[in-house]
Amino acid sequence: MGTLRLQSLEKITFIDKEGDTHTFEVADGDNLLDIAQANDLEMEGACGGSCACSTCHVIVSDADMYDKMPEPDDDENDMLDLAFGLTETSRLGCQIKMSKEMDGLEVKLPSMTRNLQASDFASKEKKG
Amino acid sequence: TSRNAPYSTASVQVRRPINVAIIGSGPAGFYSAYRLLKRLPDARITMFEQLPVPYGLARYGVAPDHPEVKKCTETLITVAQEQPINFNFVGNCPIGPGKGELPLTAFTPYFDAMIFAYGASKDKRLGIPGEDLKGVVSARSFVGWYNGLPEYADLSVDLTAGDTAVVIGQGNVALDVTRILLAPLDELGKTDINEETIEALSRSRVRDVKVIGRRGPLQAPYTIKELRELMNLPDVGFAPPPEGWEDLLQVPRKKLPRQLKRIAELLEKGSKTNSDSSAKAWQLGYLRSPAAFLSQGGEHLDAVGFEKTEYERSLADLLTGDSQSDLNGLRAAKVQFTGQKSLVHANLAFRSVGYQSEPLPGMSEIGVPFDTARGVIPNDRWGRVLSPAEGVGGVAAALTAGHVPGVYAAGWVKRGPTGVIASTMDDAFLTADVVAGDWEGHARFMNHGDAQEMKEGYDGVRRELESRNIRSVSWSDWEKIDAEERRRGKVRGKEREKIRRVDEMLGLLDS
Ligand SMILES: Cc1cc2nc3c(=O)[nH]c(=O)nc-3n(C[C@H](O)[C@H](O)[C@H](O)COP(=O)(O)OP(=O)(O)OC[C@H]3O[C@@H](n4cnc5c(N)ncnc54)[C@H](O)[C@@H]3O)c2cc1C
Ligand code: FES
Repeated sequence: MGTLRLQSLEKITFIDKEGDTHTFEVADGDNLLDIAQANDLEMEGACGGSCACSTCHVIVSDADMYDKMPEPDDDENDMLDLAFGLTETSRLGCQIKMSKEMDGLEVKLPSMTRNLQASDFASKEKKG
Repeated sequence: TSRNAPYSTASVQVRRPINVAIIGSGPAGFYSAYRLLKRLPDARITMFEQLPVPYGLARYGVAPDHPEVKKCTETLITVAQEQPINFNFVGNCPIGPGKGELPLTAFTPYFDAMIFAYGASKDKRLGIPGEDLKGVVSARSFVGWYNGLPEYADLSVDLTAGDTAVVIGQGNVALDVTRILLAPLDELGKTDINEETIEALSRSRVRDVKVIGRRGPLQAPYTIKELRELMNLPDVGFAPPPEGWEDLLQVPRKKLPRQLKRIAELLEKGSKTNSDSSAKAWQLGYLRSPAAFLSQGGEHLDAVGFEKTEYERSLADLLTGDSQSDLNGLRAAKVQFTGQKSLVHANLAFRSVGYQSEPLPGMSEIGVPFDTARGVIPNDRWGRVLSPAEGVGGVAAALTAGHVPGVYAAGWVKRGPTGVIASTMDDAFLTADVVAGDWEGHARFMNHGDAQEMKEGYDGVRRELESRNIRSVSWSDWEKIDAEERRRGKVRGKEREKIRRVDEMLGLLDS
């Protein structure tokens, strides 16, 4: 007690490429790229968060939540247009800052161009 | 492994460290190395690069005014710094049979696997008359020149011959060239563009750049970010194409898929700067196929001749209502020739119709084929290099192809020379994942990769380099060059001033 809470904490959930969920409590104003990288999730951020690469593409799970978020600007939309597997609720992680309204946000990390099939390796293993 | 062992043990069984050679240090090479070390942390990687400096097109292609894009190079810095033992950079080491080159056959015995990531280092020609006239410049050489690529340090481009330049092709490279010709110099001067270029640009008389493509605005390969940058250049106007947007776009904008709709909106909106009153301007021209470079005296370019094209089918007929197939369909729309000729007077023209990969010398000797028609190393799209020689025998051999053990490809030499760094990264990750999976899955590798003895890797390479007197450049050597470039840049108030000559780079190391 006694200490003044300057920042509120919000919950955010990432669903990774394997479908596993990771939930974190984060501070107001943190962006999704920084959060993902601080927690070792697979998000490259090749341009260091300058909205110039689209490697931080995320898909917001809930359309209502997507509508509540501040709209993407032209620069973000330009990069999204290049993202692989663009959806109606796609955003760039480096451009989304957490806020009270976004408490409970859930995003998916899109899988890569082509998903590796487990069977592709299995056939090799039989050789042994 | 025992035949009776359950399959799952194959992947958990600890294998000895894999020794991998990566050819090329561009985005495909460095993202492969980075990912491979994530998947197989004890992997040993030797990265070969023909230049003394790393990063490929991230250093020598990406425009100087896109410093954010170059941040991807930090990936390789991280690898080199975190893996001083497992990762070795071998710069200034072109692969080939000549003097100062290392033949493929000389180092392949030291490795289990090899990833070809050497990109596309030739440019496509148009194959029309007059292509070698003075004033016709390949975009690749111009880009190399303004980015300080040693190969083009002495390129002479006369930017004073006239006020109009034609750029043939409408990809992002074409737009980069256009931007560099028109951008205000005080902004450009703060980037890592080299001083000689700034000097030459300051004397440039080019005021008007026409960027011309064979097809229409929805088929052109440019991306919207680069278009918007040009639209927003201060004091540079944009002149819409002469025939007007309606004829070119044809489809109601609302029916366009998102990506194309945004491009159409941007084009129709144009620039805030009025092209009639601005000092400089650019224009997009469509449905014009270059037919000849023309000269009065036979030496210098005076005009570019075009033949008009038209859409084979009306674009509206291509719409299905499904946005993904509309996107693919509209992008792929074909054009046909009309026989109608036109002329643009210009003393400078840039040919920007794409890059091209070539086979490496000696590749066939180690059983690695090259598809000259497509300009790629044939592969199964995961990155495994395929050869008919590895397929089943008999008549079917020509039709089937098997994996050349231990040999993989990534980046532009795997997929062809298209795509941004993000797609090259995805592609390199895929290849690295496949290498790691094959290794853990006990697939066949190079040189009896299943044997228990470690391959020599970099130690073997070093002996081969010494016996051939090749002065290779290590990562710490590169750090010295890097530090000197930054120092020279700082003096001029910019990030770096690139050293443009290989001799000078090496001199710096050996003084
Ligand atoms: C002009 C230009 C501008 C671009 N701008 C952007 C941009 O703004 N944003 C973006 O996202 N993407 C951009 N791109 C695309 C991006 O550069 C490519 O997607 C990416 O560089 C491809 O990577 P790569 O590793 O396959 O090839 P490269 O980058 O070409 O790397 C290949 C490396 O292999 C080396 N090599 C070649 N032959 C040999 C040999 N015989 N022995 C040893 N080494 C060899 C080369 O020197 C080079 O270092 C641009 C491309 C060009 C051409
Ligand atoms: S990190 Fe590059 S666009 Fe977000």
